[in-house]
Amino acid sequence: MSDPHAQRPEDKSAVPSDQTTWTRRRFLSRSVVALAGMSAVAGAMSPLRHLDPQDLPSLDEFLQKHYKEMTPQDKEQVFARITQSVQTRFGVDATVSDPPPLEDVEFVYGLNLSRCIGCRRCVHACVEENNQSRAPEIQYIRVLEMEKGSINVESSEHHYDPPLVPNPDKYYMPVQCHQCAKPPCVKVCPVEATWQEPDGITVIDYDWCIGCRYCEAACPYWARRFNFAEPQIPSEELNPEVGYLSNRPRNKGVMEKCTFCLHRVRQGRLPACLEVCPTGSRKFGNVRDPASEVAYILRHKRVYVLKEDVGTVPRFFYYFDERGSRYREPMVEKSGAQEGTG
Amino acid sequence: MKKYLTFLYDCFRLSFVGDWRYHLWMTSLTVLTLVGVYAYCQQLVHGLVTTGMTDQVSWGLYIANFTYLVGLAAAAAMLVIPVYVYRNLHLHDVVIFGELLAVAVIIMCLLFVTVDLGRPDRFMHLLWRFNFPLSMLTWDVIALNGYLLLNLHICGYLIYCAYCGRRPSPLFYVPFVFIAIVWAVSIHTVTAFLYVGLGGRPFWNSAIIAPRFLASAFAAGPAFIILTLQIVRKYTRHEVSDEALLTLRRIIQVAMLINMFLLVCEIFTEFYTDSAHVASARYLYFGLHGHRALIPWIWTAIAMNAVATILLVLPASRGLKLLNLVCVLAIVGIWIEKGMGLIVPAFIPTPLGEVVEYVPTWHEILICLGIWAVGLLIYTIFVRVSVPVLAGEVTYQRRAGGPDRERLSTSEATY
Repeated sequence: MSDPHAQRPEDKSAVPSDQTTWTRRRFLSRSVVALAGMSAVAGAMSPLRHLDPQDLPSLDEFLQKHYKEMTPQDKEQVFARITQSVQTRFGVDATVSDPPPLEDVEFVYGLNLSRCIGCRRCVHACVEENNQSRAPEIQYIRVLEMEKGSINVESSEHHYDPPLVPNPDKYYMPVQCHQCAKPPCVKVCPVEATWQEPDGITVIDYDWCIGCRYCEAACPYWARRFNFAEPQIPSEELNPEVGYLSNRPRNKGVMEKCTFCLHRVRQGRLPACLEVCPTGSRKFGNVRDPASEVAYILRHKRVYVLKEDVGTVPRFFYYFDERGSRYREPMVEKSGAQEGTG
Repeated sequence: MKKYLTFLYDCFRLSFVGDWRYHLWMTSLTVLTLVGVYAYCQQLVHGLVTTGMTDQVSWGLYIANFTYLVGLAAAAAMLVIPVYVYRNLHLHDVVIFGELLAVAVIIMCLLFVTVDLGRPDRFMHLLWRFNFPLSMLTWDVIALNGYLLLNLHICGYLIYCAYCGRRPSPLFYVPFVFIAIVWAVSIHTVTAFLYVGLGGRPFWNSAIIAPRFLASAFAAGPAFIILTLQIVRKYTRHEVSDEALLTLRRIIQVAMLINMFLLVCEIFTEFYTDSAHVASARYLYFGLHGHRALIPWIWTAIAMNAVATILLVLPASRGLKLLNLVCVLAIVGIWIEKGMGLIVPAFIPTPLGEVVEYVPTWHEILICLGIWAVGLLIYTIFVRVSVPVLAGEVTYQRRAGGPDRERLSTSEATY
């Protein structure tokens, strides 16, 4: 940059200006400095020309209210805009839903550690259902391959990749958002972009999040993910049934997380990770309903809560089985449940 | 009002006047700033993927620098307390440089937080739904901006009074000076609480972080001031007595001793207990499962801080050369310790036991350098303007009255 040379001759004429006359030379030298300065600034800001116009918030988006402050009319407009933007981004006609929490329902999730075979089908079903970015990869569920004789996550293997699972010497522990009753992520958010719904699901308003990642630092279960780049999803893989608070496509620069497939479970369906599980290790339901499976498990089984000591009171728990345990009855001969890891 | 605008205009003009060294310095800083702007524009386009941060290590160099700089802003308080509380007049004439430093540094802090945001365009959401008092980040927003305003007011008022040629009325600034002292302690405490309050991060979840933060801040801040004052003394006609520097040395001495003591307490608690929660500390000091990225950094920092502390205790550090060395050691040592040493290891291993290391990218480093350049630019202008104004060489009367104008331009030329 030419600034130093352009500025140096200036020194002599740099006396207070009202006294000196504007000679031609002075005018020229000043112009050169100003021009050099302006082109340097323009050069520095030149990468902005690659900014996708889609990235820039429109006035409506800029003025969009927080989810909790939206009137039904506001919501209608916002949902129409989302449909529009999904159409432009992916060429897909999406339907935006926003099912409200059900009365007297509190969702909890149980995972049977005696049965899980670590096939990671839940991980991939989740990615497909919830429109996570394929590049860079974002996954809500992390399956840990655990050492027998220990339940310490620090000795676990995150990136196990054998041709066949389960490894008879290991057991598997999938971890995802625990939907804590005392969520530290909600507490720390400076703008209330994340909150706990009445049915116990912690959600994010992706249009309100400022991307400070404080919640990610606060989460003891490493359950939150940040969109470091613009999420890439092939159009044909996009799930067009999208919920405002759950699986609608996100933009770069915001947080996202597991919502127990809120758009499904509030309409009587089961989470995608549960539906795909070949071993029946996953149980989901309304804990306030004493007849529910999860209520039964909590009453009768041996239950383990991961990191109970951090006091966040999770709605996700692990449990153990005597009968049906893959350690009692090897599943190898029984079914085609054995799968290469994905 | 007209007078105030004239004041601002004069300040603006003064900031362009200087000898070739001044121009070279300012131009280099401007170039660095623009390089930073360039890197930041790329980050805006591509997202934070241009940084070395990941979901595993979700805060890096930006937040590390932010944390360190909050500490540096303490410099002001450490100059103010001796003067206004203990009536130590050696420092009286230099207090303002501390306060100006605080202003520049807090601006840098705010910039570092802003570049760390994924969606800076949604900044206004802070005003709309402010999660106060639950989120410590909202406390920090109040603490930092409040401290910025307090110091802007104090410095601005004193300098403007000098410009108008009238005595500053104590009523308009002394109460604020005392509020600023308490506030200075609060910015460190609140910033430490940002980290300390997270139960999922055992490395941070310790009561010693806040006091250690204060101790290291009260060492690094005055160390920076000692170096600055000598530059001011060399290149301007502003008088800075050796006593003032030695008073600051005593402050650093005590602060460094406390800092080292707290370090020993921390290390003992972690490693003697040797519980599962020691993993992050083990990663930092000795490496974990073959991952050793931070070891050279932290041991350099500890060595620097230890040498600085030993030298400070020896009478030899009353000599300015040695004192300057001590200051550089303390500034760099604490930068590593409060930056890379405090922020990064808390994320390693992750809460699920995964070890992913963090290496900043060039983008990130250039943005950081750019923000440092902005801070130095602002601070240089502050010092450049305030020295002649406070010395009574640039005043409204002189500007209005005819004959003095000649003198003004000649005196400016000497800076």
